[in-house]
Amino acid sequence: MQGSVGYNLIFASAVCVVCAVFVSSSAVLLKERQDYNAAIDKQRNVLVVSGLASDDDDLTADEVEQRFTNIRQIVIDLATGDAVPDVDPLTYDQRRATTDPALSHAAPSNAAQVLRVPNRAIVYEVRDDQDRAQLYVLPVEGKGLWSTLYGFIALDVSLETVQGLTFYEHGETPGLGGEVDNPRWKASWRGRRPFDDAFEPDLTVIKGRAGPPADDPHRVDGLSGATMTSRGVAYLIEFWLGDDGFGPYLDRLRAEGADS
Amino acid sequence: MAATVRHALTDPLFNNNPIALQVLGICSALAVTTRMDTALVMSIAVIAVTALSSLFVSLLRNQIPTNIRIIVQLTIIASLVIVTDQILKAYVFEISKQLSVFVGLIITNCIIMGRAEAYAMQNPPSLSLIDGIGNGLGYGLILMVTAFIRELLGSGSLFGAQVLPLAAEGGWYTPNGLMVLSPSAFFIIGGLIWALRAWKPEQAEAD
Repeated sequence: MQGSVGYNLIFASAVCVVCAVFVSSSAVLLKERQDYNAAIDKQRNVLVVSGLASDDDDLTADEVEQRFTNIRQIVIDLATGDAVPDVDPLTYDQRRATTDPALSHAAPSNAAQVLRVPNRAIVYEVRDDQDRAQLYVLPVEGKGLWSTLYGFIALDVSLETVQGLTFYEHGETPGLGGEVDNPRWKASWRGRRPFDDAFEPDLTVIKGRAGPPADDPHRVDGLSGATMTSRGVAYLIEFWLGDDGFGPYLDRLRAEGADS
Repeated sequence: MAATVRHALTDPLFNNNPIALQVLGICSALAVTTRMDTALVMSIAVIAVTALSSLFVSLLRNQIPTNIRIIVQLTIIASLVIVTDQILKAYVFEISKQLSVFVGLIITNCIIMGRAEAYAMQNPPSLSLIDGIGNGLGYGLILMVTAFIRELLGSGSLFGAQVLPLAAEGGWYTPNGLMVLSPSAFFIIGGLIWALRAWKPEQAEAD
C-alpha cells in the first residue's frame, strides 16, 4: 500500500487540506486584531507628528483613540483640493486605492519616484478644544535608498512652517537611513519653511549643519551616511507639497484663511 | 532515556550548535541581530517552529511516503511559519514590523528542515520535540549573544534601554556604525565559532 501512487496522492492531499484549514483559520481569526493594530499604529503616528504624543510614549490603544478625538479625518480630492464627504475616511484604504487604476492615476515623472497618485487622500485636521484648526497633517510617501518611506508631515495652521515629520513604515538600513526615525533629526524639521514666497515647495536637505530655523528656514541637516535616504525625504516632501500632491488642497486652505 | 532526553536538549547548545558547528541559519542571524528584542522574538519564533515541525513530522514519520517526504515536511513547516507570522502581527505588532520578511523566511531556515529530515524522521515524537526545542535554543543562543554585542556597541543600548550614554546626546560613547550593518554579524559569529572550537577542539574540521 505505502509507496503506491494512490497512497502518495491521498497522503499529500490530506496533508494539504489539514495545513490549509490550519493556516486559513488562523488568518481569519487574527485578521480583526491585525487590522486594528495597523489602524492604531497609523493613528499613533498622526499623534506623534502633531506633537500630541512622543515616540517614547507607550500608548495603549484606548489612549490613542482618546487623544485622537480632537483630530478630524477628511477625505479630499487631490486634483481640486475639495473635501469628498461621501467617502468614509475610516474605511477608505488609500494604499489600496493607489494601486487601483480606477481610483488613482500615474504620477508625472518626479524625483521622489512616486509612480501613482491616488485620486483621493486622507488628511488630518488637528483641532483645539474650541474646534479651531491647529495643524494639518498630510500623508507622504516616496523612495529612499532601499524602500518606500511612508509617513506624515504636519504643517501649522498658516501653512508656513513644518511642525513635524515622521515615518511609520520604511526599510532603510538601521543606523544609517533608518535614522529617519531619530527623534533629534525629526525635531530638526520643526519650524522650517517648506514654501518660498510664491508657495512653491522650497526645502532641501544639505550635507553638514543647517542653521537654526529662523536663520536658515529652507534647509535641513542631512543624515550622515545616508545621502540617498535624506535626498529621498526632501524629494518626497517637495512632491507631496507640490501641485501633483496636496498643492490644490493647500491653495484652497490658503484662500479660506485669507477670506476669514 | 533521561540521558537521551538531556542529550537531545543540550547537545545543540554547544556540542552540535546549528549555527556554530553546522553553519546553518546564518542568513537570518545576520539580519535580525541589530537589536536584542527582535533577536529574542525571532529566537522564540524559531524555537516554536522547529519544535512543532519536528513533532508533527515525527508523528507522521511512519506514514509519510519516502519519495514525497521533503515536500510534506516543507508543507508542515511552511504552515507553521505562516501561523507564527500571523500571531506576531496580531500580538507584538511593533516587533513584527521590524522583523518584516525574516519571519516568513524561517521557512527557508535550513535548521528546521535539517532537523525534520535528519532527526524527526527516525525518532519518536517526544524526543523529536525535545530535539527541536534544543536546536531552536542553540540558534537562539548565538542570536542573543550576537545581538547583545551588536546592540551594545552599535547603539549603546540593550533591549532598547540606553546603557552607554551617546556622544550625540551629551554622553561619551560614539556608537560603532559597523555594528549595525550585517557584515559585523559575520565577524561576531566567526569569532564565536573560533572561541567555541578553541574550547572544544574536536569541533575543528580536519585539514
